Amino acid sequence: MARALNAALRDSMAADRSVHVLGEDVGALGGVFRVTDGLTAEFGEDRCTDTPLAEAGILGSAIGMCLYGARPVVEMQFDAFAHPAFEQLVGHAAKMRNRTRGAVSLPLTVRVPYGGGIGGVEHHSDSSEAYYTHTPGLHVVTPATVDDAYGLLRQAIASDDPVVFLEPKRLYWGKQPFRRTLDVPPIGRAVVRRPGRDAVLITYGPSLEVCLETAEAAEPLGLDVAVLDLRSLVPLDDETICEVVRRTGRAVVVHEATGFGGVGAEIAARITERCFHQLEAPVLRVTGFDIPYPPPKLESHHLPSVDRVLDALARLQWDGRPGGVSLAGA
Amino acid sequence: MTLTEDTALVRPDATALLPGNDPVRVLGTPAAADLDPEDLLRLYRELVLGRRYNEQATALVKQGRLAVYPSSTGQEACQVAAALALSTQDWLFPTYRDTLSVVLRGVDPVQTLTLLRGDWHTGYDPHATRVAPLCTPLATHLPHAVGLAHAARVAGDDVVAMALVGDGGTSEGDFHEALNFAGVWGAPVVFLVQNNGYAISVPLAKQTAAPTLAHKAVGYGVRGVLVDGNDAPAMLGVLTEAVDRARDGGGPTLVEALTYRVDAHTNADDATRYRSTAEVEAWRERDPLDRLERHLRETGRLDTGTIEEARAAAERMAADLRTRMHVEPAVAPLGLFDHVYAEPTPQLLEQREFLLAELSDDVEGNCPP
Repeated sequence: MARALNAALRDSMAADRSVHVLGEDVGALGGVFRVTDGLTAEFGEDRCTDTPLAEAGILGSAIGMCLYGARPVVEMQFDAFAHPAFEQLVGHAAKMRNRTRGAVSLPLTVRVPYGGGIGGVEHHSDSSEAYYTHTPGLHVVTPATVDDAYGLLRQAIASDDPVVFLEPKRLYWGKQPFRRTLDVPPIGRAVVRRPGRDAVLITYGPSLEVCLETAEAAEPLGLDVAVLDLRSLVPLDDETICEVVRRTGRAVVVHEATGFGGVGAEIAARITERCFHQLEAPVLRVTGFDIPYPPPKLESHHLPSVDRVLDALARLQWDGRPGGVSLAGA
Repeated sequence: MTLTEDTALVRPDATALLPGNDPVRVLGTPAAADLDPEDLLRLYRELVLGRRYNEQATALVKQGRLAVYPSSTGQEACQVAAALALSTQDWLFPTYRDTLSVVLRGVDPVQTLTLLRGDWHTGYDPHATRVAPLCTPLATHLPHAVGLAHAARVAGDDVVAMALVGDGGTSEGDFHEALNFAGVWGAPVVFLVQNNGYAISVPLAKQTAAPTLAHKAVGYGVRGVLVDGNDAPAMLGVLTEAVDRARDGGGPTLVEALTYRVDAHTNADDATRYRSTAEVEAWRERDPLDRLERHLRETGRLDTGTIEEARAAAERMAADLRTRMHVEPAVAPLGLFDHVYAEPTPQLLEQREFLLAELSDDVEGNCPP
């Protein structure tokens, strides 16, 4: 995925001179995950800039650059290292259009590597999406495929609003070929990655793979499970979510982030409000526990796994279903 | 080779960046004789206008027309100089206490006070006026000024950013990060610290152990200048020089102006709880308008006609402001959903429909019990 993101940055910079990349180690090193590899060499230090090590300063400066017509792409080195920039993001980036009654747009992209599963020590594996989704004025986008990594990042950079672009760290090193095309569904649309009639797993970013594997594992057990990749948490595609849930009658939301007050809670509430009469079972969540991100040797117990998602599927009140399904021991 | 000879690790000598031990002063010094009389009269007129603006805005709070007004009474020399030092293409980054600077930059006073009357947050167009929104969090706008100045420099444009902040704001992380970025980038930005002695109630001694706030610049490779903030020609001279230097590629300057907030922090504050009447009176003796007026009188440059003309212009401004602020702004509830995003999300459209229905119910008088 890192290569797809790199191509998206390169193509955006080539297409639009107002696109600037700035962050820590984004120059000669090409970023700690090599997402900005070669950009300074190709576009110069004024277009891809190694900044001082200060996240609020980086984001605050990027806001000022937007005021002067630039379209900055900021790299936050790691999820938890983005927190010093929280005030600039929440207090300023998110509100500038609103407080100037539309006079000022901030076409700002904030790239944040997020999530665990890479054996990172503390502060290197957080999933902070709920902080951002709770902030009106920000778009929150996360790709789960290489095509989306390219296409969604191009769309985010072209957006006239600030976009928090969450990149699943565990997918960076995948070598899948990607399509260098903008022709992916727009920000705000979810995509059904696997059709299914019996239940739907609703997920995004790093948890898509787990859900696809789970659906596959459920097949021999007689369950036809759909998988919905949200892609965009703000705006949320209520329409597609409801359409799939109404068809299947059962839903599990899966994400790495802690569950309490999380994106899964919002989705479960929205489904209940909109699809109650089509539901055969309560909407369940499989999420990280409500704990600070654990050390690498314990993270497998924290992260949603295929077994844990299968267990959740099994708890979706299948009794009395014509033809009956038993997932006991799944 | 010694450690200090390794130029990759040690920066050049800091001496040139250090502020003077005494603040820059002009009034009451021989330098005053060299001042252009026209410049002084212009400063005088703006100070008279500025004082009247502060008085009128303070009165508007008492009349319920403003929700709050953080007055710059006593700091008018800083406010006037900040506005006059800039050219048309330059940008001003004000705080909530800097509405006078914004007005003197040419922004309509009613639009300037939109935030403080409880209407929408920014009443003017930042692009059209080259004035950033009034910043109510402290120092968070300083990195914006640096970013804008940097982007302009990279574009090869002749634009300087002037960012205003108070003494309390210099303790914020964003102040340090902004100074550091400005230094590294050589950004054409001028930081004006109006050191008015108090961050609401907390005196400077509890804010910093630095010799002066201007010294804070040196750690970032930025030039620091200390100036008497109640000496209007000194303020204008120092800021003009800093702006010119930035314009000519000389990089950023941090100017600390020593001044005093004569009024309370806002109308909601009780300044008698943390400072003495004697202290306030001592500062009234150093009032920036009185000092310039005295100088102009002593040098025979102020006649009755000029005084009356300045006061009449100030009265016209005040009367216009009063009249227009007594007209209640129109409120449009559905505007709540405008400008959250370039295009409203489906969720916002639903919520807009909800409010629309609620408003219709109200109109028809059929509110559910």
